[in-house]
Amino acid sequence: MSLTLPSYPQPDGRGRYGRFGGRYVPETLIPALDELEAAYRAAKTDPAFLNELDRLFREFVGRPSPLYLAQRLTEHAGGAKIYLKREDFNYTGAHKINNCLAQALLAVRMGKRRVIAETGAGQHGVASATAAALLGLDCVVYMGAEDIRRQALNVFRMRLLGAEVREVTSGTSTLKDATNEAIRDWVTNVRDTFYILGSVVGPHPYPAMVRDFQAVIGEEVKVQLQAVEGRVTPDAIVACVGGGSNAIGIFAPYAYLPAGERPRLIGTEAAGEGVESGRHAASVAGGRIGVLHGSMMYLLNDDEGQIVPPHSISAGLDYPGIGPEHCHYSETGVAEYVPVTDAQALEALQLLTRLEGIIPALESAHAIYHAVRLAQELGPDGVIVVNLSGRGDKDVAEVMRLLEMERDQGLLDKEVEQVTLEVLA
Amino acid sequence: MTATLTRGAERIHAAFDGAKAEGRAAFIPFMTAGYPSAEEFPAVADALLAHADLLEVGIPYSDPLGDGPTIQRASEQALAGGTSTRRTLALVKDLRQRHDTPIVIMTYVNPVYAVGPREFMRLSKDAGVDGLILPDLPPDQDLEIADLAAEHGLAVTFLIAPTSTPERVRLVADACTGFLYAVSVTGVTGAREGTALGEVPAMLALAREHARVPVAVGFGVKDAATARQVAGVADGVVVGSAFINAVKAGKDVEALAASIAEGCRR
Repeated sequence: MSLTLPSYPQPDGRGRYGRFGGRYVPETLIPALDELEAAYRAAKTDPAFLNELDRLFREFVGRPSPLYLAQRLTEHAGGAKIYLKREDFNYTGAHKINNCLAQALLAVRMGKRRVIAETGAGQHGVASATAAALLGLDCVVYMGAEDIRRQALNVFRMRLLGAEVREVTSGTSTLKDATNEAIRDWVTNVRDTFYILGSVVGPHPYPAMVRDFQAVIGEEVKVQLQAVEGRVTPDAIVACVGGGSNAIGIFAPYAYLPAGERPRLIGTEAAGEGVESGRHAASVAGGRIGVLHGSMMYLLNDDEGQIVPPHSISAGLDYPGIGPEHCHYSETGVAEYVPVTDAQALEALQLLTRLEGIIPALESAHAIYHAVRLAQELGPDGVIVVNLSGRGDKDVAEVMRLLEMERDQGLLDKEVEQVTLEVLA
Repeated sequence: MTATLTRGAERIHAAFDGAKAEGRAAFIPFMTAGYPSAEEFPAVADALLAHADLLEVGIPYSDPLGDGPTIQRASEQALAGGTSTRRTLALVKDLRQRHDTPIVIMTYVNPVYAVGPREFMRLSKDAGVDGLILPDLPPDQDLEIADLAAEHGLAVTFLIAPTSTPERVRLVADACTGFLYAVSVTGVTGAREGTALGEVPAMLALAREHARVPVAVGFGVKDAATARQVAGVADGVVVGSAFINAVKAGKDVEALAASIAEGCRR
């Protein structure tokens, strides 16, 4: 079976999803974006490119990733069947590798020998470093100082893979600042450098290209669900959204179906300490339209346009914006976006671990939390697919620190207190 | 096209013409509003205005991705001191009481959208701003901004870079009503070692084929010597990070401005 890359009706010729998206970047980059767009358009239908990507997906990443019926979680939720799309099975531990391999192949095709990337949780950085090692490319990864602290293991993995990790101390020292630095590097070295962007954000064509490379997730679900449930479309799909690449990957193959045939598409945003607290990363629920990193989107920014530092328990969701296609889905009602707090994600992480033996990434735990509530709402005839975007190895040290802190402060949720105390004992 | 020139464009062009008549390239210093503090900024601006043909004032922004570390740090300090978009425009209005030199505002699109493009233009006009520079707004992204600027008498400046294709240069040049800003290198703002003209002459030759406005060059100009190189080929010279570094180091900003202005003589 050979891979095909999808063609969707959005964005328009100017890289817009409704009013979102576009190319708000320094003029220096416009020719590079034109060049990238042309190269991507050609690669998309080139059998040599597609066959190589297909081979790497199967032999290197381990695709297709399983669709797993979470029986004990389903029983616990007491409603709809909950399937997990196991992107955590992918080599390097998350969906990020799909996009990185594809973009790195494109870099080689374009004759660029140096790649750069930004990373928050480190998953995209590790995936970029892995793809660069595989294809023999020089790799520089920008990472905020705060994230370097939270994700020390991933920093070591990147260095082991031969990448240079550059610490970013400007601004809030997190993902948005790492992205600024990566764009500055690209502006400076645009002639020989390929920027591997990690999510469905940034200037056109990045949001469309990353979506197309991640759409393999949803396309596999169609085939796998047909085999086990006799239908390609579940009642609902739930995925976490920071920038939104794993969510777009599982949503997009369904999003352009007619309204009556489309499953409910639900993105869980990082609500941090609560949307009303102001300490969150929920761009749809708590942001407003603005421009960052080259794209118009929902954005956490104040009434003078200064970016408001986001907060999430999960470094991977700690981003002040959300991809333009998600913004368009939200505005047109194609998808819903619901906030899930730090505490709820931490609870869901422990729940899934205890019930299924799967330690999810803190990002994915946001989706698990909502899926359990949704299962009760849909009832036993329903079918939910949750995109389990990554595994929790990278997060366990941080989770341990957080649980100890909660225990010490007497903040544990009563429902999960017993389990937590056992774990920490 | 004289008939359609806005008031801001006329004043900016007159500033370039005045410099040219004296055998100079126009000297265009840049300073972040509210730097080093809202209280000290007016004196810094006065020092620059003593020698400037045109002053570029930056609205401090949290995520200035076209700028290097010097301007980013200055912006962070100005923001921490409470300088906002509205406060910046108030500072400009105050400068207008003492100076007739044209003033252009440099900012990013997000602060403009946040305030609302129409309201932003109204406030800018009210403050006596003559023109706008938005480094993350290529002219084909949003035509509304340029239209609203014109409606409020403001000129707009867009940028070209060494990577710009002839088609892009034509498009950008056509859109400029104030002056055309040629970025000397691929990269962000900031003083560099070994600044040389490099690709600038070829880029300017291309720009002049299309531009109906003066062409200024910026990025990497840091002293009289680099200014003199650029003044040999351009109508104007933009200098930013060097002045922020001077303020930060407690150096005499007016002396540096005088020296660079002298370097702008051909």
